[in-house]
Amino acid sequence: MALYEHIFLARQDVSAQQVEELTTALTEVLQNGGGTVTKNEYWGLKSLSYRIRKNRKAHYTLLNIDASHEAIAEMERQMGINEDILRFMTVRVEEHEEGPSAMMQKRDERSDRGDRPDRGGGDRFGGERRPRRF
Amino acid sequence: MAIRDLTSSQARRPFQRRRKTCPFSGPNAPKIDYKDVRLLGRYVSERGKIVPSRITAVSAKKQRELARAIKRARFIGIMPYTVQ
Repeated sequence: MALYEHIFLARQDVSAQQVEELTTALTEVLQNGGGTVTKNEYWGLKSLSYRIRKNRKAHYTLLNIDASHEAIAEMERQMGINEDILRFMTVRVEEHEEGPSAMMQKRDERSDRGDRPDRGGGDRFGGERRPRRF
Repeated sequence: MAIRDLTSSQARRPFQRRRKTCPFSGPNAPKIDYKDVRLLGRYVSERGKIVPSRITAVSAKKQRELARAIKRARFIGIMPYTVQ
């Protein structure tokens, strides 16, 4: 079976509890298709960078899935019907990453990157300027 | 070196800038991940556009990976397509 990362966005008006229920319902769909969910990460209500179906915020959930294509297709079909789900994305990965994802990590570790290239000023990146190619 | 000689011949530069290497190559390079907005944010302009690799010095292979990650992040709404 194949490994997938799946992210879905639920409408801002639903509660965190309902998102939880949604996640279990989707997990069940996968399990019926012979798949498993190895990690379930709820990112919370995050504000969107642009409006999606008139929503400014959305509940984000990340699932690490080990399932067949058929199971994924069935889950996606049902997600498309569900009006509470704004958007979803499934990405095939070679291996699941261990521990919390980058989204969850960044709150606790603040200055993990010493050499940030953007320190303002004119030459932001300091790369050698090659002639522009058009 | 040959490329450098060609480019610097017409532009008079007061000092030689060190050739910057790809930030995603090397031993402890960060992994390009579409969920890591803070990392990806450094490679988009203030307008939200992907910065060309000739400025960021990202290698061609990693630039493709980076562009894919940024586009994924845009799709799931954690990065903007444009900033007004």
